[in-house]
Amino acid sequence: MKSLKTLGIAAALSLGAMGAGHAQAPAATPAAAPAATTAATPAPAAPDAAATTPAPATTTAAVPAGDATYVPMKPTPGVGQPVDGGINFQPQVSPVGEQAYWFNHIILLPVITVISLLVLGLLLWVVVRYRAAANPVPSKTTHNTFIEVIWTAIPVLILAVIAVPSIRLLAQQYEPPKKDALTIKVTGYQWYWGYAYPDQGIGEYVSKMLTEDQAETAGEPYHLAVDNRMVVPVGKQVKLIITGADVIHSFAVPALWTKMDAVPGRANETTFTVDKPGVYYGQCSELCGVDHGYMPIAVEALPMDKWKAWVRSKGGNPDPQAAAPAAAAPAPSGPVPAATVTPAATTEPAPAAASAAAPAAKN
Amino acid sequence: MTDIAATAPAHGHDHAHDDHDHKPGFFVRWFMSTNHKDIGTLYLIFAIIAGIVGGVMSGMMRLELAEPGIQYLHGWAQFFDPAAGDTQAKHFWNVLITAHGLIMIFFMVMPAMIGGFGNWFVPLMIGAPDMAFPRMNNISYWLTTVAFVMLVASMFFPGGSGLGAGTGWTLYAPLSTSGSVGPAVDMAIFSVHLAGAASILGAINFITTIFNMRAPGMTLHKMPLFVWSVLVTAFLLLLALPVLAAAITMLLTDRNFGTTFYDATGGGDPVLYQHLFWFFGHPEVYIMILPGFGIVSQVISTFSRKPVFGYLGMAYAMVAIGVVGFIVWAHHMFTVGMSVNLKMYFTAATMVIAVPTGIKIFSWIATMWGGSLSFKTPMVWALGFIFMFTVGGVTGVVLANGGVDTNLHDTYYVVAHFHYVLSLGAVFSLFSGFYYWFPKMSGRMYSEVLGQLHFWIFFIGVNILFFPQHFLGQQGMPRRYPDYAEAFTYWHHISSIGYAIMAVGMFFFFLNLVYAFVAGKKAADNPWGEGATTLEWTLSSPPPFHQFNELPRIA
Repeated sequence: MKSLKTLGIAAALSLGAMGAGHAQAPAATPAAAPAATTAATPAPAAPDAAATTPAPATTTAAVPAGDATYVPMKPTPGVGQPVDGGINFQPQVSPVGEQAYWFNHIILLPVITVISLLVLGLLLWVVVRYRAAANPVPSKTTHNTFIEVIWTAIPVLILAVIAVPSIRLLAQQYEPPKKDALTIKVTGYQWYWGYAYPDQGIGEYVSKMLTEDQAETAGEPYHLAVDNRMVVPVGKQVKLIITGADVIHSFAVPALWTKMDAVPGRANETTFTVDKPGVYYGQCSELCGVDHGYMPIAVEALPMDKWKAWVRSKGGNPDPQAAAPAAAAPAPSGPVPAATVTPAATTEPAPAAASAAAPAAKN
Repeated sequence: MTDIAATAPAHGHDHAHDDHDHKPGFFVRWFMSTNHKDIGTLYLIFAIIAGIVGGVMSGMMRLELAEPGIQYLHGWAQFFDPAAGDTQAKHFWNVLITAHGLIMIFFMVMPAMIGGFGNWFVPLMIGAPDMAFPRMNNISYWLTTVAFVMLVASMFFPGGSGLGAGTGWTLYAPLSTSGSVGPAVDMAIFSVHLAGAASILGAINFITTIFNMRAPGMTLHKMPLFVWSVLVTAFLLLLALPVLAAAITMLLTDRNFGTTFYDATGGGDPVLYQHLFWFFGHPEVYIMILPGFGIVSQVISTFSRKPVFGYLGMAYAMVAIGVVGFIVWAHHMFTVGMSVNLKMYFTAATMVIAVPTGIKIFSWIATMWGGSLSFKTPMVWALGFIFMFTVGGVTGVVLANGGVDTNLHDTYYVVAHFHYVLSLGAVFSLFSGFYYWFPKMSGRMYSEVLGQLHFWIFFIGVNILFFPQHFLGQQGMPRRYPDYAEAFTYWHHISSIGYAIMAVGMFFFFLNLVYAFVAGKKAADNPWGEGATTLEWTLSSPPPFHQFNELPRIA
């Protein structure tokens, strides 16, 4: 492939695509043991990337059975998902989301409501007061410089008032991630998601929508429930590196105020920190073909110790600092799918662990 | 107006020089037309037909979305392909959203606003005998027609997972390149090419006409605001559409000739397409709404019996909207992974547009202030326009904030926003203009009762249809989904009921058309009284086939 020479950020990131063999048991069956070495993971796109060599079988086998206490969490009704007849934003569980929610509800919503009502009120007033019956002789006024200046200047002021917290919110959203942030590589496929935890040595696993029966069995909302969730620790910053394998998808989780397009050939970065344990659902938010409506996202936030148990159940090492990260990584070999470096400001250097197979090429 | 010194182009007619109202035969008149009023009529008929097609499609979508699950798509897909299964059914959904968007934008709003009312009334309002390039006018119209046929035909050709182009009206690469195999997408792209070429020709025609063919004394600052709005729109078309043409030409070469403009594996970038597309796409929304601003200004002034308040501010607010409209495009792409500095810039620039828009809203209210208002059908549509456009505008201010858009991007909130400014904004202004000028164009009066019924039922219907979509969006419902989680059912159901109410309103519109042509009273030259001061009301209803053979003088 022509892209072989252009190993870079996105290239390193898409490595996880090759780390097949880590499918977790469907959430429908309470995960008893890490028996989930189902190599049935659908081969991700890029079939010509010959490296579908299964990941070293040692990764899952090495986990002590008693350690795997991970049981998929039940979602809380009304949190992380839409509610029947709901009209508001989903409750926010991240600092940025809370900030944005505040901005919308304390500033934007009142401002736009007042403006709309003001216009409505003025319209009703002129309709009643200046109807032909009440005002048979029209005035000949055609301009009034003072009032024209007023209705130009006041909107400018209102917009300035909006702009300050708006820009601040953007700055907060785009704060560079902390050094110890948990890196998760997200890949959008037609039509499912792939998640990989390069630092923990969890190769990419695939996350697909549950069928209606499976969702019902699992007690989760159909269209939102998935077989393998993205699992993150509560209170720790999560850094997503997002790319698309075929067409553009968009990773979106409303309760985390998170949405970032998965663009082929780009590695987009976004961060979030979850404050509360729970299951937070989202859905693909960029038209990506036939099953665009059927590739949901589920993020499960667990307390740190439970998250670590989950990592071990996936055959990963929750404390990469303690062990050599490269050893834990199920380093897949072989070429990677199409990817190039984009000079976008959001791109990020490749995570160290994932670069085991990719030369440390940076832009 | 008199008819001396007629230089009427009378194609193939040897004795046309002494009768200004001498019309060519049916075929020549309607298929080879060079008369701005006939071409305007053709455009309006075309827009109504396209509007029915696009409106039926939205009805199909609302029907499907009324309940969770997929109820109807299989049957509809089987109409096109008897062997259609699940995949083809879901693909058909994407075909519907694509065709609905393209049809409503390129084949309903634009032809009606610019092709229809622009052609009809720009020459009349500036006191010109016709458009500057009558034959170019004709080819603009027929290119638009061919473009529409091409788009409809694409629904019968393979487009990847099923028949038809399922890329969304934005035709984003790589879904529209490597993601959709088959001629349907090529046909859709070609259709947009043709419609774009038609619009560019039309824009050249309007600019030339307005700059060169104003009657003596009609300075730029005396032009009616509708003419101003068409002038600004024509410049937007002229500057924006070539960029679209380039962008979609590169789509074609990526699809067919192995180029990689939008393919990262060959050094291209899918986001490049989005930048080019929205460099066209944002001015496009003003292309759709600015002539509506012009129409509403004429209507408000007429039915308030008062000149427009702050004429210069109104005219230059439109110019400002047009200029600023070119530098805000990336707010459509806040989630593609832009740098934070870009997002801050596009947030601020986008909000700036609210200022000239506010000037227009307040000036319309000030025009009515102190006036003597009569609430004929065109006026109630204009009043509805002002409020609905305000509601759509303020949600635009919400969406302008890049940080807030993170959550709302590509949700139903956006769908609600742009339907408030277009389906309730642009379309309300279209109906306002249609009722306002219908007596002039047809020589018949419509039924006031049916017109009011049309307005009120339509007004209630579209609000029930679109307002709940704000709620769906805030709850997280993404766009372009054929099916949804059960929790979204309630508002989707309400929304679909709103569609049905709106459809009843549209029934009264068509009933009114039939009434007017069958039993409508003859329209006076100026049925609206002293408030209607523009030149078209000095002519007969309908105007003579060729008007202003002797130019009027404007004091």
